[in-house]
Amino acid sequence: MSSQPLAESLVQSVDWLAVAPPLIAAVVALAVLVADLFLPEARKAVLGWVSVAGLALAALMLLPLLDGHRSTFCVDRATRACSYTADHFTLVIQFLVLGGALLAALLSVTNLKDDEQRVPAGEFWFLLLSSAAGAALLPASRDLATLIVALEVASLPAFALVGIRHGDKRSSEAALKFFLSSVTATAVSLMGVSFVYASTGTLYLTQVAQRLTHIDGQLHTLAQTGVVLTLVGFAFKTAAVPFHFWVPDTYVGAPLPVAAYLSVVGKAVGFSGLILVTVVAFPSYADVWGPALAVLAALTMTVGNVGALRQQATRAYSAVRLLAWSSVGQAGYLLVPIAAAGYAEDPQKAIGSTVAYALMYAAVNLGAFAVAALVGRSRALNRISDYRGLYATNPLTALLLAFFLLCLAGLPPGVIGLFAKVTVFSAAVDAGLGWLAVVMAVNVVIALFYYLQWTALLFRAPEGEPARHHVPAPLTAAIALTGVLGVALSGAPQLVLRFAATGLF
Amino acid sequence: MIDINESVMQFLLAFVVVGPLLGAVAALLPAPPGLKGKSPGQAVLRHGVTVTGAILIAAIVLALGFDSDHPSKMQATTDISWIPALDVRIHLGIDGISLPLLVLTALLTFLCALYSYFKPPAGGSPKAFVALLLLLESGTLATFAVLDLLLFFLAFETVLIPMYFLIVRWGGEGRTRAAWKFILFTLLGSVVMLLGLLLIGIKAGTFDMVALATDNGRPLTASVQVIAVLAIGIGLAVKAPMWPLHSWLPEAHTAAPTVGSVLLAGVLLKMGTYGFVRILLPIAPHGFHTFAPYLAAFAVVGIIYGSLACLALAKRGAKGDLKRLIAYSSVGHMGFVLLGIATMTPTGVNGALFANIAHGLITGLLFFLVGGLKDRTGTTDLDALAEETGAALYGKAPRLGGLLAFAAVASLGLPGLAGFWGEMLALFGAFEPAAGLSRPAFLTFMAIGAFGTLLTAAYMLIVVRRVCMGGADQEVPELADVHGYEFAAWTPLVALTVGAGLWPRALLGLTDPAVHQLLAGGTR
Repeated sequence: MSSQPLAESLVQSVDWLAVAPPLIAAVVALAVLVADLFLPEARKAVLGWVSVAGLALAALMLLPLLDGHRSTFCVDRATRACSYTADHFTLVIQFLVLGGALLAALLSVTNLKDDEQRVPAGEFWFLLLSSAAGAALLPASRDLATLIVALEVASLPAFALVGIRHGDKRSSEAALKFFLSSVTATAVSLMGVSFVYASTGTLYLTQVAQRLTHIDGQLHTLAQTGVVLTLVGFAFKTAAVPFHFWVPDTYVGAPLPVAAYLSVVGKAVGFSGLILVTVVAFPSYADVWGPALAVLAALTMTVGNVGALRQQATRAYSAVRLLAWSSVGQAGYLLVPIAAAGYAEDPQKAIGSTVAYALMYAAVNLGAFAVAALVGRSRALNRISDYRGLYATNPLTALLLAFFLLCLAGLPPGVIGLFAKVTVFSAAVDAGLGWLAVVMAVNVVIALFYYLQWTALLFRAPEGEPARHHVPAPLTAAIALTGVLGVALSGAPQLVLRFAATGLF
Repeated sequence: MIDINESVMQFLLAFVVVGPLLGAVAALLPAPPGLKGKSPGQAVLRHGVTVTGAILIAAIVLALGFDSDHPSKMQATTDISWIPALDVRIHLGIDGISLPLLVLTALLTFLCALYSYFKPPAGGSPKAFVALLLLLESGTLATFAVLDLLLFFLAFETVLIPMYFLIVRWGGEGRTRAAWKFILFTLLGSVVMLLGLLLIGIKAGTFDMVALATDNGRPLTASVQVIAVLAIGIGLAVKAPMWPLHSWLPEAHTAAPTVGSVLLAGVLLKMGTYGFVRILLPIAPHGFHTFAPYLAAFAVVGIIYGSLACLALAKRGAKGDLKRLIAYSSVGHMGFVLLGIATMTPTGVNGALFANIAHGLITGLLFFLVGGLKDRTGTTDLDALAEETGAALYGKAPRLGGLLAFAAVASLGLPGLAGFWGEMLALFGAFEPAAGLSRPAFLTFMAIGAFGTLLTAAYMLIVVRRVCMGGADQEVPELADVHGYEFAAWTPLVALTVGAGLWPRALLGLTDPAVHQLLAGGTR
């Protein structure tokens, strides 16, 4: 390494096209922040649409990269030691992140308009876009330092987003809770990274993977500790048990679109980081992280689903709370294939199941949040009982919400939800994790109970005077987009499931 | 029988599966001008009759075009790739085993739609009712028509949501609890079943039922087969239902609306037993062999348990509910089906398939009749109906009484009616089970099962005695006798019960070659 000519490693040529997706998001973020200073109050709405357009453009910039062989910021091309790689895995996750952020932005446009007095528009869009830029950078990172930096870029704006509502005590409290626990987790992660660096002498994931196989016997414990500690930070982001306690309060305290954003993009950040460190960096320690993740997955889904089950329909914000707990449960399913990768002969295939599941989850969960945002406009308390009789007033919206919930539950007519679960099950069965598959089976039944209970409520006769919800255009777009995605995927599940059959790296 | 072009047959089968699904979506849309009918409700109920009628016609044409000289051959097959990632193929086809079930499903759903047209169910909107009914039909028909394990699972799950809503929206007393029990029990079973299906698919490298059946379990090791049969068997046994996993059934039947009960007993239960024959017998014969004696034991316990529960319900002063009683009798009847399958002999499996169809016809009819009775008297409580001397239905509504007696007698297995052959063949099968199964054990099971038929006769006759006979009370107003639409809905079932009883060859001729082939090593 050190024999490399210094000049070559310092003067790097940058492949701007490859880094375009996160870069555009970041640039638009700055532009919005600056423009906010010069725009008159009445025209702040433009900022929202600029941000939406920026995210759409960033997502479009994935198209030229589709062949999936670009990498940049390399020290040594021969050993594939690059900091930024746009392979298929990166592209899929970037698409997920940018698409998720786009939908969250659509929800925010209405939300900001309704909440004009209390949410500063310029800051809001800046924070959302910066966080999205960080989240889009993370799956492309191929060294531990970039990974941690991306994790922080994605997280720090999120804390501010959670607490952005002026004069809302719940909001600031949620932000503080989120911040303190997240920072602790990242610090632990950072310590793990330093341990790994100490034992291997490199930060590049591929090199870490090579050197971990023959490190000094004395350093073995250090490396093992490093591996486990590194996982903590990402497990926190995924909201895996026992790092899940911040989720319900944070989701309730945050503006609803931010909760939607965290539930999808936040999770994508967590699990893509987990995949990178486990499968790419520490494959030789599969016997350490495989069982650990399996136990984590089992605990996460059980705690999440039981938490969701205990929600009372009449309690304030129970709809958001239920979605929060259910997102913890879903995180458990997402972890199953990663755990299975620790046992399987072909870890890439198992990873693909997580990616496929995440894509399905992103579409339908954002859809559910979009409907929740709609109902929350006229029923500020957003209780599950407020959804009673939604079919009578907004039939199409009610049918779509029912569809989203059944997709999350994994029952037809939510065909895509069913097959996404099947791929996760098949990853577990394939890896010989029979006990985990059985735990998951029981969890699927528990989850059906609360999803179906909510679904059934939509079609009950409304109590009292039914209030028709007026649907503004951006919300319509978000609900329609997720709805079309869900239905199209149910007809052609191959669109996302193909990732479960091929290697992504 | 008649020669129909193969591609027409393919289209018909695909139409039978997809048609109801499209019909369900169409039911939710507003009626097009010209088809608005007298009211939106009437228009959509008519839509239901039209769609199920079209499906029934397609199914009958399919049956006519079916090459009954080669019933063991898969016919009208379609095989297109759907999800290559999971190796899921849209593989449809029918043989002598699935064809009768397909026609039975189409017939019962049509009769239910017809019945509901004249007697709209009380509860939610007819629109949702028709959409759910059609979704349910699509799921059941798909279960019998698909030849891919994962597609089978998809179809198996499709019926859950519509049935749940049918019970919870249009059901009677205790419906919420009953609907939850139904869906959670079945889902738990079917998710466990999915694990077994995945195990088979992953170890054998394909999910195609035909390919797997041809392999006859050769690529699967003994332990894989045992685990897979256990997992899949639990899922199917919950659906069938097998004692002791039956406890959801009586509640679901009692709470479900008439139409729901008819379809639940007539069609949904068959999905479980069909799975046993179609998946477990040919694909994991070794594993099934291990569990066959246990299955048979549970089956005969179910026969006796179902009969005893019915006897207890039929007793005076027991406050027995007629629908609950028929539900328990279903547990007994399905016990015979499972016993037949557990013998692993052509005789037993043929008997099981015959009993399957017979139970669908007879129990469907019984639930229709009890539903009719409830509409007239407002109760299904035996004690309330019979009071001191008996309900004297023969006197108050002679035709209804006659039909009820006919259905009860058919259900107890009177020779010459459909109920007889299946149960007799199942017991015959147990007399000489497949090689390697303990004969003394199966002889015991046969003896107990035969005793069960006596108990069945006992409680059915008590029911007839208490409901149809009794002192003619002059003051009690007469009940309305069978209406025209009821005749229309019930006559086909009566005719087929008599027909299958007098000419069992029509059905056995279809199933027998297919069963021989399944047991010997797959379908061609």
